[in-house]
Amino acid sequence: MPTNLASGAEYDTVGSKRWVWPGFAVPGIVWLLLLFLVPFYAIFAVAMGQVDPILQRVNPEWNPIYWAPEVFADAFADLFGGQLGVIALRTIAYVFIASLLCVIVGYPVAYFVSRKAGRWRWLWLLLILAPFWINYLMRMMSWVNLLSPDGQVNRWLATIAGWFSVAFTPPDWLAGSHLVVILGLVYGYIPFFILPLFASLDRIDNATLEASRDLGASPLNTFWRVTWPLSRNGVLGGLVIIMLPMFGDYYTPNLLSGSPRTTMYGNTIDQFINQTTSQGALGAALTIILMIFVAGLMAYYLITINRATRAGRE
Amino acid sequence: MTARKGSVLRNPWGKPRFLPLVTALYVLWSIIPVAIAVQFSFNAGRSRSVWQGFSTRWYVGDPAAAESVLYDPTLLSSLMQSLKLAILTMLVATPLGVALAVGLARWRGLLAKPSNFLMLFPLVTPEIVMGVALFLVFDNLYDFVPFGTVAQFLGHVTFSISFVVIIVRGRLFAIGRDYEEAAMDLGASQFEAMRRVLLPLLAPALLASFAMVFAISIDDFVISQFLIAGADSITIPVQLYSGARLAPPPSLNALATILMVVTIAAIAVAGLVFRALGKRRGESGSALESVAGFEM
Repeated sequence: MPTNLASGAEYDTVGSKRWVWPGFAVPGIVWLLLLFLVPFYAIFAVAMGQVDPILQRVNPEWNPIYWAPEVFADAFADLFGGQLGVIALRTIAYVFIASLLCVIVGYPVAYFVSRKAGRWRWLWLLLILAPFWINYLMRMMSWVNLLSPDGQVNRWLATIAGWFSVAFTPPDWLAGSHLVVILGLVYGYIPFFILPLFASLDRIDNATLEASRDLGASPLNTFWRVTWPLSRNGVLGGLVIIMLPMFGDYYTPNLLSGSPRTTMYGNTIDQFINQTTSQGALGAALTIILMIFVAGLMAYYLITINRATRAGRE
Repeated sequence: MTARKGSVLRNPWGKPRFLPLVTALYVLWSIIPVAIAVQFSFNAGRSRSVWQGFSTRWYVGDPAAAESVLYDPTLLSSLMQSLKLAILTMLVATPLGVALAVGLARWRGLLAKPSNFLMLFPLVTPEIVMGVALFLVFDNLYDFVPFGTVAQFLGHVTFSISFVVIIVRGRLFAIGRDYEEAAMDLGASQFEAMRRVLLPLLAPALLASFAMVFAISIDDFVISQFLIAGADSITIPVQLYSGARLAPPPSLNALATILMVVTIAAIAVAGLVFRALGKRRGESGSALESVAGFEM
């Protein structure tokens, strides 16, 4: 305890004046208030604005008392029974299938690198980390390159067809294939699934698994009744990390297809905000619907994790 | 099926053979497409699928033809824009984030909790939501902020601050307050203790933050694209996005390769500095740190 300083109301922790610590936080907090919270609010202000009767455009309404639900009514009408509904269902299907594939491919990879990789573990880890250091757009561009009409994939296929003297007409992979977009999503996001899962598998104590084996469980039984339950939170965490951005993705389908057949929810937001000047309000409304949906996912995740930690403590 | 189960039972801790196989296939699948893209950035010909020999023409070749990254004004401008944004963002977001981390770690007031919550929020907000939010606020409320570099810079700093706080906070908890209190017992003032004790102890986290912010800023696509003003404010990722489907020459691959090298350099610096200068403790298993590339 510094003797030259009185303890009491003027000081909170040892020797520091009360205003010092909030003082440090203030610039960052003000920045986040002005450039995160206010913009966040702006989405609502624009989405709830009144339609100008003469100009037929929506004026943002900053006072919640005057918020009007007209734009939302339009958005919901389109979502339940319009084209947007089809797009939303397609997005959910894409994200669901892509996430499932991420689990099927990612789990063995994370399991191997965390528990079975042995001496070369660092190298495996480096290799599964590599995609993190490569820009997402570059990784997508690489596939566009491979899958283009005269790209390598078609050349390889033609060569293989040549061996068996089969006639081969090169397909256009980038013209609206569901499969290509889904595989693109898997390719893009699977590293973000593997890493948190790796961390959670890595934390499992070997002694737990040995105990299970000593008590007579087969390896499969041990995996199913010990390893899997202990890694379930890692799987859930990884799924949240990849599903959040996937639901808002628009660049992957745009690059790998660009066809209306594969339009995702994010594409409509991108169109309303970036490519037209008059539909900002509708774009804002769609963004709010996306946020609510994503917040629901987050809440489910947090509740599950919370329940699991509490159960673990008891 | 029974045969394999039997063999596993005989040697319970042996490595199942299919796991390394799956992992190896996954690694090949994840790296080969990018490796091919890098390879063709060095192609001597114009093709991006037929190899015609090694050359650096798409990087530095021929000012007259203006097709290399160095001499094509569009590509060079996107490279400069990316570097400019990343450096500016790094210089502003890091001090803001470090101060915020120190403040939040020690402030016990009524508003400390909500502030902490506000800091965490950008981390869980989908990028498209933040892009829309920033676009709308600059379009409707802060009309004095021009789209383009200024808006992009403000956006990049906004999503970078929280990353800095997460990096620095782990280190702050590891350091604790003992050293500072010792300094103050020995007669240092509050600020002397901070400057001469805390700041040097925080140096690794600080340097790591600089490099990290540089990397995530230069890597960003969504925010940059939503806040773009015209050809001048196109960044490398935006250029890759808009050029990929237009049958581009290998110079686009060269641009992407340059981005990759710069990013890897920045992350390597961040990782090495963080490991060499300070033992990491604090938030174990934080997904964000893992995503940031520190889980090595």
